[in-house]
Amino acid sequence: MKNKVEKCMAGVLTWVDQRFPLTANIKAHLTEYYAPKNFNFWYFFGSLALLVLVLQIVTGIFLTMHYKPDAALAFGSVEYIMRDVSWGWLIRYMHSTGASMFFVVVYLHMFRGLIYGSYRAPRELIWLFGVGIFLVLMGEAFFGYLLPWGQMSYWGAQVIINLFTSIPFIGPDVSEWLRGDYVVSDATLNRFFAFHVIALPLVLLGLVVAHLIALHEVGSNNPDGIEIKAYKDPKTHIPLDGIPFHPYYTVKDIVGVTVFLMVFSAIIFFAPEMSGYFLEANNFIPADPLQTPAHIAPVWYFTPYYSILRAVPPIFNSQFPGVAAMGLSVMIFALLPWLDRSPVKSIRYRGSLYKKWLALFVVSFIVLGYLGTKPSNVWGVFDASTWIVGGADRATIVARIFTLTYFLFFILMPWYTKKDKTKPVPERVTA
Amino acid sequence: MKSQSIINAVKHGFLAASFLLLPAFAVAAGGDVHLDKAPVNLSNQESLQRGAKLFVNYCLNCHSANYMRYNRLVDIGLTEEQIKNNLLFASEKVGDTMQVAMPKAGAKAWFGVVPPDLTVEARARTADWLYTYLRGFYRDGSRPTGWNNVVFPNVGMPHVLWELQGHQVMKTEEQVAADGAKMESHHLVLDKPGVMTPAEYDAAMADLVNYLVFMAEPAQVQRKKLGIIVLLFLGLLFVVSYYLKKEFWKDVH
Repeated sequence: MKNKVEKCMAGVLTWVDQRFPLTANIKAHLTEYYAPKNFNFWYFFGSLALLVLVLQIVTGIFLTMHYKPDAALAFGSVEYIMRDVSWGWLIRYMHSTGASMFFVVVYLHMFRGLIYGSYRAPRELIWLFGVGIFLVLMGEAFFGYLLPWGQMSYWGAQVIINLFTSIPFIGPDVSEWLRGDYVVSDATLNRFFAFHVIALPLVLLGLVVAHLIALHEVGSNNPDGIEIKAYKDPKTHIPLDGIPFHPYYTVKDIVGVTVFLMVFSAIIFFAPEMSGYFLEANNFIPADPLQTPAHIAPVWYFTPYYSILRAVPPIFNSQFPGVAAMGLSVMIFALLPWLDRSPVKSIRYRGSLYKKWLALFVVSFIVLGYLGTKPSNVWGVFDASTWIVGGADRATIVARIFTLTYFLFFILMPWYTKKDKTKPVPERVTA
Repeated sequence: MKSQSIINAVKHGFLAASFLLLPAFAVAAGGDVHLDKAPVNLSNQESLQRGAKLFVNYCLNCHSANYMRYNRLVDIGLTEEQIKNNLLFASEKVGDTMQVAMPKAGAKAWFGVVPPDLTVEARARTADWLYTYLRGFYRDGSRPTGWNNVVFPNVGMPHVLWELQGHQVMKTEEQVAADGAKMESHHLVLDKPGVMTPAEYDAAMADLVNYLVFMAEPAQVQRKKLGIIVLLFLGLLFVVSYYLKKEFWKDVH
């Protein structure tokens, strides 16, 4: 009996394989995709990002079934989901928490790339697709944030769209075109809904596939930053330091997924507002075009860039320099593969100069992120008699300094990575 | 004196301000007002029921709760029969949301502002803010309604619960700090007692805020209960997946 079933299954598989490369794909991407055996903690975040993407899509589909993209109904439909839809509150919290957790894992995933030089040749395209994913994700989060139609949704969108107004010559027309109206309105909500549920997710999925195809073409980097393909078994041509992704990394990633889900669930079930960082108090007030909230702050994952925007002073009464600096601060990640001139990839074999610059960059990013959540007078003003900065907001001056160090990390990278004293790199991966 | 909120307006000097705002005082919207901690306890169904009754009898005359259905009150231990008999007008059905009869245009003309919907007010304002606000009304002849509030200066709403609480008035005292800076401290004093003693009124407001917190997210009790089960399950899954990984990785050196 068992033999018959097996025979039948094998027959089906052969039938499929003659028409579609199923077995070949499973081998190429799972059972015979050889990943370095020395992945550490930092290598969990790629698969976790994929998990969160799937969660966002699935919960998003269910939210779309009950949500109304209409300025008069949107706020109420979210409350309807929270109250009257079976398990609606859980689906909504998974989606709102998922948005923030997406950025948590993506930032950690990017940081991994930074410290182990995963963007270096031959992985430049993986990195570029990744930067593309990051940009689309920011757009996706921004469009989605308008949908609950609370005060923070409304005024956050108003502020961001107004940024485009500062682009010379075409700015006002561009922002009007984005809004579909002279102010953020029902028309804006409808198009943001379209972007959020179909346009950007499609682009995102395409980029994720490209990211993975490119990765599986050249193979994964590792904490030593060396190529495992340089040492292969002469007979089997399998990298000596490689292990099949399945089952080794699938079972390992299940552990990572479980730990992640514990953190994720702890937030969803016990602190879904995350003290106002994931769901802002002001967003429980319906959008009111006639009443501007006292303090408009973007969601936490945008705050470093928002800080940079505020830090750059206007020139000739134009906010454009700030807007340009903010855009550049995100786009500049794409240049990393060509800015880094170090002979080694991994931080393990880099000198102290690079480590100091990286530490300064991390501090800049965190301080800018913190300041972006606060009004710019949070630390008061300098005494009027203070040299140069007299009368200026303390926080603004600090944000300017860290904006400078943020950019210097990238701009000076060709110089300090070349000058740095590196350590010898081992030939084979270390434990 | 428990019911008396204190606000401190500082006249002279930044130092004096920081001195005064040391641990006991929090900064809130509408000035440097200390918010009292609301004793929220969602497992106390009697308190929630008393709060619901206060809400329907007093708040619901002007404020709607457009997203809250009456029959959701079964979550706080009421039966549909009890809800129908005690909380509904004759024309309303138990599955209706908590609407308000007052026309919006009239409200705007009478109070200068349409009273906000209160369904999720506790999430927008916080429980502590509401608890302090409801106990922070005082007589102010300069206001059209004759009332003002410590946490919401120049509020459009009159003190609807004055019969219960009585009249509070604002007393101002001038103090001199250690460094010689002058400051004014304001506090509320009960001028004319109401039907309730201050302690009873505090307890009633605690019930009302408790109810408002429940109404802002009726699923929250269920959410926390489920969360414990989910985390226990994940803890178990972690142990299993950890040893599974260990078993598989035995031959990787």
